[in-house]
Amino acid sequence: MLNYLWGGMIIVGLIVGAINGRLMEITNAAIDSSKEAVTLCVTMLGIMSMWTGLMKIAEKSGLIDMLSGKLAPVLRYLFPDIPRDHTAFKHISTNFIANILGLGWAATPAGLKAMEELQSLNPSKDAASKSMCMFMIINMSSLQLVTMNILAYRAQYNSANPSEIIAPGIITTILSTIAGVMFCKIAERRSWE
Amino acid sequence: MKAVLYASNLIIPLMFLLILGYGYWKKVAMYDSFIEGAKDGMSTVAGILPTLVGLMVAVGILRASGALDLISNFIAPLTTRLGYPKEAVPLTFMRLVSSSASTGLLLDLFKKYGPDSYIGRFVSIMMSCTETVFYTMSVYFMSVKITKTKYTLTGALLANLVGIVAALFITNLIYGPA
Repeated sequence: MLNYLWGGMIIVGLIVGAINGRLMEITNAAIDSSKEAVTLCVTMLGIMSMWTGLMKIAEKSGLIDMLSGKLAPVLRYLFPDIPRDHTAFKHISTNFIANILGLGWAATPAGLKAMEELQSLNPSKDAASKSMCMFMIINMSSLQLVTMNILAYRAQYNSANPSEIIAPGIITTILSTIAGVMFCKIAERRSWE
Repeated sequence: MKAVLYASNLIIPLMFLLILGYGYWKKVAMYDSFIEGAKDGMSTVAGILPTLVGLMVAVGILRASGALDLISNFIAPLTTRLGYPKEAVPLTFMRLVSSSASTGLLLDLFKKYGPDSYIGRFVSIMMSCTETVFYTMSVYFMSVKITKTKYTLTGALLANLVGIVAALFITNLIYGPA
């Protein structure tokens, strides 16, 4: 998809630019933007390394596993169809915790394993089960509490206080997730196809 | 609303305290772990550099050509009636499709208006509470060959819409309307 999107963006830009007579600006933009990507990455190298370093401590000390364990009662409410002590719970909680902490690379493998486990419990193999819909909707409602990359981008563009958006971000993230869960619980009851 | 801003500045120090405190209690080799994790972070960022170059160039061309303003101005009559900032419209749609392309547009807005402007703050919060719905859905469902996704898309779009509206509302509440 990105292949079409990326090519499309440039071609549209070239056509509109030619019509507006801004081909020189386009040349400059292409050169400046590629340079900017590198300066941005230098800022991000520092901030993201700091964050992943801190998260490694949380992982090694067992803090992340401990938090996953605390999710168990919530997960039993969200996924009543999954048998108690099923391994699906483990992968789902790892995926949620990793998403909450913004560890995207840890979230995706756990998420795919969770889908595999949910599929093994699914009576029909081509239609999503209730648990799958719930899992996917929560996953896509955005769980990440501290969006470190947004903070890094804000810092790069000289924000006076890059972290001022953390608390508003948390509040809105919680609201969107609650909306997703409520929708799901209602849709489940109506046996929506 | 000052409390919200204050809380924002407390969260990262609190996370440090919690994680280091727990690590201390569990007797983890903290500095070594930090270095190990920081290395992972470095390779992650180095890995996304090519994507960033590609997409920032594409967005840069789109911006310089005037196409982004064209889209924003085209949609403006509708969005102003809804109280939605027209500059954020291309980003809002891109956000649901591609994470890296939307990052390109986000950075473009930061560059043009500044991260501390009304637009800059709104999109920062909006990006924090939304997700790449279409991409995630296709990856996850394709991995287990599910074709009938039932109400998943509706639910995910609704959750994201609630996030976007909440972000707009909270930006106005804290920083005042544009």
